[in-house]
Amino acid sequence: MDAPAKITSATSNLGRARPRAAFILDSERWLGPLLIGPAILYIVLLVAAPFFMALYYSLSNTTTGGGTLGFVGLRNFINVVGTPKFQTALKNTIVFAFLSQAVILVLSNALALALQKDFRGKGLIRFLILLPWVAPISVGTIAWLWIFDSTYSVLNWMLRMAGLIEGQGFMWLGVPHLAMGSVIAVHVWRQLPLATVILLAGLSSIPNDIHDAAAVDGAGFWRHYFQITLPLILPISLVAVLFGLVFTFTDMIIIYNLTRGGPYDTTQVLASLAFYTGIAGGDLAEGAAIALFLFPLLLAAALAFLRIARRAEVT
Amino acid sequence: MATVETRAIKKYYGDVAAVNGVDLIIKEGEFLVLLGPSGCGKTTLLRMIAGLETPSAGELLISGEVVNDLPPRARKIAMVFQSYALYPHLTVFKNIAFPLKAHGLEKAAIREKVEWAASLFGIGHLLHRKPRQLSGGERQRVALARALVREPAAFLLDEPLSNLDAQLRASARDELQQFQRRIGTTTIYVTHDQVEAMGLGDRIAVMRAGLVRQIGTPQEIYREPADTFVARFVGSPPMNLLKRQDYILGFRPEHFLPKGTQNGRVKVVTFPFRVTRVEYLGADRLLYGTLEGAFTDQKVIARLPSTVTASIETGTGYEFTVEEPELKFFDPSTELRIATRPL
Repeated sequence: MDAPAKITSATSNLGRARPRAAFILDSERWLGPLLIGPAILYIVLLVAAPFFMALYYSLSNTTTGGGTLGFVGLRNFINVVGTPKFQTALKNTIVFAFLSQAVILVLSNALALALQKDFRGKGLIRFLILLPWVAPISVGTIAWLWIFDSTYSVLNWMLRMAGLIEGQGFMWLGVPHLAMGSVIAVHVWRQLPLATVILLAGLSSIPNDIHDAAAVDGAGFWRHYFQITLPLILPISLVAVLFGLVFTFTDMIIIYNLTRGGPYDTTQVLASLAFYTGIAGGDLAEGAAIALFLFPLLLAAALAFLRIARRAEVT
Repeated sequence: MATVETRAIKKYYGDVAAVNGVDLIIKEGEFLVLLGPSGCGKTTLLRMIAGLETPSAGELLISGEVVNDLPPRARKIAMVFQSYALYPHLTVFKNIAFPLKAHGLEKAAIREKVEWAASLFGIGHLLHRKPRQLSGGERQRVALARALVREPAAFLLDEPLSNLDAQLRASARDELQQFQRRIGTTTIYVTHDQVEAMGLGDRIAVMRAGLVRQIGTPQEIYREPADTFVARFVGSPPMNLLKRQDYILGFRPEHFLPKGTQNGRVKVVTFPFRVTRVEYLGADRLLYGTLEGAFTDQKVIARLPSTVTASIETGTGYEFTVEEPELKFFDPSTELRIATRPL
């Protein structure tokens, strides 16, 4: 008779011993907002606020020096769009983004397929391939600046040693098409690791039985790849492409470090033009207009990609 | 149709031998079951036959031809996986058509064969669905149809029923066997379920630790186990094994009956048996207990059919008997079967 009574009193003691506040982290009502709070704060302060500021700048007549913030409507956009500089930059941006993404897509697929196989030294190779992504981007591009140097280019030296060229060699960053090619090459080098890792994740999510079944069913390498593997990693590939495209459209570090948009603006893209116009040139309003020009397009592209990715989801 | 033969086939992963020298000959049209506990090497053996694993040593022959160096697609075999491995992005039609397309058939011929295979398994109405819209049983049929559609030389099945619920498994087992009898294709079937193995196989190869311990018809495996492992692995409850100094004595629970219930035409051996627990299973009663006398304290199980109505109480001692031909003897060191001897 005595024992059950003791137990009840012990448990009620337990309940009373801890104040209600101690359980606040157990409640979903509090824990969720508490955990997501810092992220929201970060986005509001560092992403949303500058974005809306840029949005307003693009509709105003502000400059870096003056304090004016008069509303001028779409005048900045109309002014900018008419200039040859802008049109070249727009064309360059599109060429730069789509060419580099196409190359990245092909190479990252090949790399991911290779890295999925087991072989000796796989860990080291994976590490080396990831290196461009973890190395500071400016350090990487400065190394590339030397590789493309007009006098000491190691690329030219290699081509000369291989007997493919004679004399001075190519001016990698000094000739319009070569400069664009060089910039794209560095951008591919830089973005390939991320795309490869994303695709590797996609590949490893395919059960091995599916590959075995395809092998037994008589599929050779190409059929296996194009009819089984590729469709199954399509959703995640689209995410990789979307990431890459947005990143390419909005990034200017490589171009800034390698060519500063030259020669003759042939590698100038919208992001770098916005910087030169808004910060270096002091016309904040036009700079903001250039920077925001692609925003609606990118937003639409992002929504479209995510829609396709969801529809292609297979499991 | 084809024969499949393995000669001293081995597979090592590092120092571990997954398959350690297996010799098998599977006859034309035969249904062979590879039976064993998990990790015994049965799936590895099947995958080597399929060409999905390369043997470390030994030879593999299909229709008398050494196929060690042929890729899976050149071996004319079809395989059904435990997970079914249906292509999730393709419709049922395209799943079944895939092996035909891979072998370069004409469009019209593909359509005809897919419809034939689908009708065999009663899945004609599902051809436009994706695998995720199918039930477990339907998926299994699609997997079978995909395997069958190009009329392979041999069927390899890797636990194809283990993802089905118990009721569906029983009917699928029945269908599978009827279907195999009808098309007569050489079939190798991997399972760890001894009931499935007994019910399906023309012959069963019992594997343990990378070796085939015994190969024979279900009756041979059950009645004349080659060693104590087979004796315990096949049969539920397993064979009773009693250790003596110089031999191990074995008998099946259903042959261990109260004195006087046997028909008396065969000589019997009597054991004093103290019952400690009775399990009533409907068709049978399972009696757990220990022996007394010469085999004191050895645990045994008796299985009484419901036709034996003798009342049995726990905690009470009874005289139980086994017919002499049902006593099996094993060597205590090698665990292999030895000749019958006097007790």
